Amino acid sequence: MISVQDFLLIDAPAMVTGALAALACALVGNFLVLRKQALIGDAMSHVVLPGIVVAFWVTGVISAVPMLLGALVAALVAAGLIEAIRRLGHMEPGAAMGVVFTVMFALGVVLLERSGGRDVHLDVQHALYGNLEGTLWIGADGWGSLVDPSALAELPRQLVTLAVITAVIGALIVLFFKELRLVTFDPALATALGFPAHWVNLAMTVVTAAAAVAAFEAVGSILVIAMFICPPATARMLTDRLTTQVWLSALFAVGAGLLGYLFAAFGLGWFGIDASLNAAGMIAVVAASGQVLAMLFSPRHGVIARRRAIRRSADEATAQRLA
Amino acid sequence: MIAQPQPHRSPIDPAAPLSVRDLTVTYDRKPVLWGLDYDAPAKGLIAVVGPNGAGKSTFLKATLGLVPLIGGTVRIFGKPVGEMRDRIAYVPQRESVDWEFPASALDVVAMGLYGKIGWLGRVTGKHKKTALEQLDRVGLADFADRQIGRLSGGQQQRVFLARALAQDAQVYLMDEPFAGVDAATERAILATLVDLQKAGRTVIVVHHDLDTVAEYFDHALVLNVRKIGDGSVADALSADILRQAYGGRLATAHLPDLARAG
Repeated sequence: MISVQDFLLIDAPAMVTGALAALACALVGNFLVLRKQALIGDAMSHVVLPGIVVAFWVTGVISAVPMLLGALVAALVAAGLIEAIRRLGHMEPGAAMGVVFTVMFALGVVLLERSGGRDVHLDVQHALYGNLEGTLWIGADGWGSLVDPSALAELPRQLVTLAVITAVIGALIVLFFKELRLVTFDPALATALGFPAHWVNLAMTVVTAAAAVAAFEAVGSILVIAMFICPPATARMLTDRLTTQVWLSALFAVGAGLLGYLFAAFGLGWFGIDASLNAAGMIAVVAASGQVLAMLFSPRHGVIARRRAIRRSADEATAQRLA
Repeated sequence: MIAQPQPHRSPIDPAAPLSVRDLTVTYDRKPVLWGLDYDAPAKGLIAVVGPNGAGKSTFLKATLGLVPLIGGTVRIFGKPVGEMRDRIAYVPQRESVDWEFPASALDVVAMGLYGKIGWLGRVTGKHKKTALEQLDRVGLADFADRQIGRLSGGQQQRVFLARALAQDAQVYLMDEPFAGVDAATERAILATLVDLQKAGRTVIVVHHDLDTVAEYFDHALVLNVRKIGDGSVADALSADILRQAYGGRLATAHLPDLARAG
């Protein structure tokens, strides 16, 4: 049994950070998945890498604001490049996006390798796969720390950044829910009614980049895409209402974050093996497992329910023929 | 393609529900609409006809500012579209949206009210009641809670129509509302258009079925990138104009029938 102090020092911050990372991405992911632009999340999580590295180079510190700014600049550059290549090269958007995000990611990796040799440095491994295990709450020494301002002031920086960004994303979605619904469903009508779809889309790209950066430190740039897609896609299987879908996706994201970490940290221990697994990877596995379960067992959209509906209508047809 | 000089372009008609001058749109350098001048009459249902690729949908989109103009002027009752957004309703082609979207028929109809609600405004019970009344007008009140993907094509088209009714506009622009609907829906939609027209609204409809133009509409605008003709259905659908617009694509045997019907 682990002590309260160890739990608050090691496990609690990592769990909360993982859950918040998944939550921030999933909230945005709902709208990306519905527009069939889920890969924008993937593209953004990759293109922000050079922005983050350059911001780190310029400032010499890993801190939220410059990293976010660097990432947003990179995201906007990428959005511009994708549009330019699409128009000038007469390429379909998917191909244009593929070219831009792989090249920018490659640039990020190259820059990242050169960022070593300083006191502080960005770790390639962590940038790609995340470093939830490195999220420690040094000031915690018991449950009392949860209400102790001086201990709370020492909460890990990643966790605080993520909490702020998640709160902002959540607030934006609540405030602009009507506009997001309209632009996602029918961008032409949205523009005709005076909600210019291209501005909303640009804002969406910026918010997607912000979510990608916030989650980047926790789960790395490669696994972020699972957070963008799995919880909303799972939620979509279980409801036909957008509001319910967004709430469910939030629930699944938090669930995947918490369970994923628990399985990674303690899962092997339950089988008597004294080792742990990569937490970010496990979160993605849990999120994907949820989606598989929903695809199989969803009451309306699931494979089994649809099979049953087909068989029932076939039986009815047979019965009618015999009658 | 070279624009022909237009020395006698008449000024915008400030009384016309829709008045365009020299409207020009290109996609990737290919002209889709070229130098279009048109004044919509204040009374009567208006059909926009022409062969595939004639720029009919683009004409509606250009009017609404949904596609970039190479040149030209669009005025609604003499004012720029940006000032008249709450006076125009738009019904896009049914295929332009994803009907698997998680929304009920009522949700979609309520979208017609978003312009009036404005940025940051909430959809309230009052708005839902208005949306339900519009759904009832097109005979779909019983389907209000149904996910839109589980409606038939004709019902989906009527949901779009109800959404436009909810906009309570002065000018209605509709892109192929009769495409792929059953006969009952076609009659229901036509009855609604006639009601709108009688209530003094201007209804401009992109219509692909030449056989029913004369029966359903009072006026026609015949397009094939350029304006080929306009006026009353009888004038606009003369054999000569149709031959110019459709060329070899229309069996010549068809023409005298249409001209007579008009």
